[in-house]
Amino acid sequence: MIALLLILVPLLSGVLTFFIKKEANAKGWALLSSFVTAAVSILGLTLLNKTELLQFKCDWLPGLGSTFSLRLDGMGQLLCLLTAISFPLIFISTWNRQYKNAHNFFALMLLSQAGLMGVFLAMDALVFYFFWELALIPVYFLCSIWGGERRIAATFKFFIYTFVGSLLMLVGLIYLQSLTPDRSFNIESFYKIYFAKGRQENWVFWLIFVAFAIKIPIFPFHSWQPDTYEQSPTAVTMVLSGIMVKMGVFAVIRWLLPVLPHASYAYGEKMVAMWTIVGMLYASLIAWRQNDLKRLIAYSSIAHLGLMVVAIFSESQIGMQGVMIQMFNHGINIIGLWIIVEILEKKFGTRKLSDLGGLAQKAPVMAILFVIIVLANIALPLTNAFVGEFMMFTGIFSSRISSYELITVPLAGLTIIFGAIYMLRMVQKVIYGNTNELTENATDIGPNEKLVLGIIVAMIIVVGVYPQPFLDLTKETTEMILKEANVLPF
Amino acid sequence: MNALIILAVMGVVMMFSGLLLKQRSAVRGVALIGLFVAIVLNVMETYGFHLFKINITGMMYFDRFSLFFNTIAMGCTFIFFLLSGKEMEKVGLQYSDYFALIFFILCGIVLSSSFSSLLILFLGIEIISIPLYILTGSDKRNLKSNEAALKYFLLGSFSTGLMLMGMTLIYGDSGSFAIETITKPETKPSILLIAGLMLLMFSMAFKASVAPFHFWTPDVYDGAPTVFTSFMATIVKAAVFIAFLRLFYVAFGDIHASWKMVIAILTALTLFIGNITAVFQQSVKRMLAYSSIAQAGFMLMAILALNSIGTEGILLYTTAYCLSTIGLFAILVKMKDYTFDGFNGFAKHQPLLAATAVIFLLSLAGIPLTAGFLAKYYMLSAIIRNGDFMWLVIFAVLMAAISVYYYFRVIQAMYFKEGEGQAIEVSTSFKWTIGVVAALVIILGVYPQLLFSWFYF
Repeated sequence: MIALLLILVPLLSGVLTFFIKKEANAKGWALLSSFVTAAVSILGLTLLNKTELLQFKCDWLPGLGSTFSLRLDGMGQLLCLLTAISFPLIFISTWNRQYKNAHNFFALMLLSQAGLMGVFLAMDALVFYFFWELALIPVYFLCSIWGGERRIAATFKFFIYTFVGSLLMLVGLIYLQSLTPDRSFNIESFYKIYFAKGRQENWVFWLIFVAFAIKIPIFPFHSWQPDTYEQSPTAVTMVLSGIMVKMGVFAVIRWLLPVLPHASYAYGEKMVAMWTIVGMLYASLIAWRQNDLKRLIAYSSIAHLGLMVVAIFSESQIGMQGVMIQMFNHGINIIGLWIIVEILEKKFGTRKLSDLGGLAQKAPVMAILFVIIVLANIALPLTNAFVGEFMMFTGIFSSRISSYELITVPLAGLTIIFGAIYMLRMVQKVIYGNTNELTENATDIGPNEKLVLGIIVAMIIVVGVYPQPFLDLTKETTEMILKEANVLPF
Repeated sequence: MNALIILAVMGVVMMFSGLLLKQRSAVRGVALIGLFVAIVLNVMETYGFHLFKINITGMMYFDRFSLFFNTIAMGCTFIFFLLSGKEMEKVGLQYSDYFALIFFILCGIVLSSSFSSLLILFLGIEIISIPLYILTGSDKRNLKSNEAALKYFLLGSFSTGLMLMGMTLIYGDSGSFAIETITKPETKPSILLIAGLMLLMFSMAFKASVAPFHFWTPDVYDGAPTVFTSFMATIVKAAVFIAFLRLFYVAFGDIHASWKMVIAILTALTLFIGNITAVFQQSVKRMLAYSSIAQAGFMLMAILALNSIGTEGILLYTTAYCLSTIGLFAILVKMKDYTFDGFNGFAKHQPLLAATAVIFLLSLAGIPLTAGFLAKYYMLSAIIRNGDFMWLVIFAVLMAAISVYYYFRVIQAMYFKEGEGQAIEVSTSFKWTIGVVAALVIILGVYPQLLFSWFYF
C-alpha cells in the first residue's frame, strides 16, 4: 500500500496540476503534494517489519508474463526517501523563481517524481522499464521548454542517448524473460535463470549494462551530461543529478548483479572498473579547469558516481552498503551545491567563477553553509560522504579489483584528492578573495534558502555522525543480493 | 460475413445518395450509420450471433483473428470519417462517391483478411487497389495527384500480374487454391512452389510498401489528397499486412525454413530505408510516408515470427499504428503548410491539438505508456521467443531510436520553437473526437488486455 501511494500521490497530483492555471496555486499544490509524498515515505520507514504493507501486486499483462509488482525493500526505502525529501527541498529553494506556464512545469516535475519512485519500487522488469522511461519523458520536456539557450540540441542529445540505451535494455530484458522457467518478468523468476557458461550471458550483460552506463554516466557514454546539466533549469538539474543518475547505479545493483553474476563480475571488475577510473580521472581534470559552476559540478558528479560503480563490483558487503548510503548522501550534497549555484545565478546573473569573489564578507551565512556542503562533497570526516566513501574504499581494497589491478586503486584514491582540489578551488574563487563590482553590493540569502540549506547541512552532519540506521536499513538487501550473486557463503 | 454484405450494399447506397441527398452532412450521416451497423454486426458475429448465414466453405473463413481485424479496420474507418469526413469536401465535387469507394475498399479488406482460397485473396487485393487508384487521382486538377494515380496504377497492375503468376505456379504444383492444402509438411517443396511463393511474397511486399518494392509509396502518398493518404497509409496498409500474415502463416507456415531468411532481409532493408530516408524529409506529409515504410518493417516481424505473440502483436500494432497515424493526419489535413517549420509555435495556438499530436508521435516512436510501445514490444518479443534472428531485433531497436529523431522534430517545432503558428479552424466535436482517440492510444498502452478481452478470445 505504501509502495503504491509513493507512486500514486505524485502521479495523480501531477496530472491535476496541468489544470491549475494560477501560478501561485500550482506552486502551492506541488509543494503540498511533495510534502505528502515525503510523509508517506517516512511512514514507510517506520513500518519496516510489516512487509505486506510495503508491497503491492496486481495483474497487469498476464499474457506477457508481467505483473504490476512493487516492493519497498531496504535499498528502495533509501532511494525513495531521497526522492521524497529532495522534491520539497527543490520546490522551496526555487520558490521565488518565475516560470512561464508554471502549472505545466510543476506538473511535469511531479510526473518525473512518480517515474523515479516507480523505478526504485518495481519488482517486475517490464514495470521497471515503463517507469524508467516515464521518468525520462517529463525531464525531456522540462529541459527543452524551460532550459537555457542551447536547450533543444542538448536535451535532444540526452534523450537519444538514453533512449538508445533503454531500447537495448528492453531487448536484454525480453531475452532474459524468455529464459525464465515460468516466462515471467518477475524479479524472483529472473533470479532463477541459469546460464550455461558461455557467450550468451555476456552479450545480454552488455545490452543491459549500456543503458545503465549511459544513465550513470560512465566514461565513454558521458558526453550528454555536462551539456544537459548546463542547459537545464536548475530545479531540473537537481532532479537529474541528485536522483536520476542514481537510477543507473541502483539498476546495476538490482537488475544486473543478482541476475547475471558471472558476466557482471567478469566484466565489472576489470573492464568496467578500469574504464570508470579512467573516466574519473578525466572528469576530475576537466572539472579542475572549468570556469562555469554548473559544468564544474557536472564533471565532479561523473567522478563521484564513478567511484560508486567501482565499489559495486567489489564483491563485499561493506562496499555495497557504502554504495547505497553514498547514493543517498551524494544526492543530498549535490542538491545543496545546485541550490548555491541557483542562488548565485539569480543574484549575479552569472555562473562564471572568474566573475565572482569575496562573498564571505557580504553573505556570511551562505558562505558557511556553502563551505560545509563542499566539505561534505569532498568526504571530510564527520560528514555524510565520508561514511560512504570510507566504506566503499574498504570494499574496494578487500576485493579482487585491488589484488589484480594494483594500479587502479591508488588511481581511484587520486580522484579523491583531485576532488578536494577542484572543489576547494571553486570555494576559493566564489567566496574568498576581493569583491568586485558585481559582488560588492551582495546581500545574504533569504529565509527559505536558509531553511533548505540548513536542513541539508543538518542531514550531512547527522548521517555523518550516526549512520547506523542507514546501514541497518540496507543490510538485508545487500545480503540478499550478494547471496543471489553467489558471493557470500550462506 | 454479415458485415461484408452490409458494406457492399452500403457502397451502392452511397453511390446513389449523392443524387438523392442534397446536403453533404446528410451523406456523411448515412455513411456513418451504415458503417456503424456493419461494426455492430461484425462484433455480434465475434460473439457468435449471425443475422443470416451464407455457405462460403472453401472460399472464406471467419475466425477470431479476421473478425477482430475487421472490427479494427471498420472502427478506424469510423474514426477516420468522424475526424476527416468533412475534409473530403475540399477534394472535389463527387463527395458521395468518395464514401462509396471507401466502402468498396472495406469490402476488399474484409475479403483479404478472411480468405481461405487464393482466389478470394486476389479478389480482395484487387477490390482494395482499384478504388485506391481512383482516390489517389481524385484531385483532378492537380498534376501531382494525376501523376501519383498513374504511377500507382501502372506499378500496381504490374505487381498484380506478379501475384497472378505466383498463384498459377502454386496451382500448378499443388492443384488447389485452398490455402490449407497448398503445402504438405512431409515433402520437400518443389521449385515450382518456391517460385510461386516468392512471386506472391514480392507482390504482397509491393502492396505493403516493403523495401525494396517501396518506390511508389512516397510519391503516391505525397501526391494523393491528404485525406486519402491518411486512409491509404493506415487501414489499407494494415489490411495488406493481415493478408500477408494469413497467407504465409496458414499456407506456407510448414515450409518456413525456405523463405524466412528472405523475409528477414526484407525487414532489415525496410527498417533501414524507411528510417534513414525519413530523417532527411522537409515535409511532414512525406516524412509520414517514409515513417509508414519504417513501421511496415516492424509489422513484417510478425510474419517472421509466426507465433501467437506475433499474431496478437500485429493486431495491436495495426490498431496502435492506425489510430496514431489517422489522428496525426487529421491535424495535418487542416494545416496549409506541410513543412516542419509550419508547425512552429503550434502548441501556443492549439494547445489541445498539440498535446494529442504529441501522444500520437510518442506512440509512433514507441515510447512506453502509449499503444505504440506495447505494439513494438510484442513484435520484439515474438522474434526473441523463437530464438533466432537476434541480430534483427537489435538492428530494429537501433532503427527505432533513429525514428525518434524525425518524430521529435515535430514536437520540437510545436513546443520549443517560436513561430507564427497557422491559424486553423477546428470545431468542438473535432476536438472531442481527437481527444478520445488520444485517450484510446494511452489506454491501449497501459492496458491492452481491454482490446483483447472484448474482441479477441
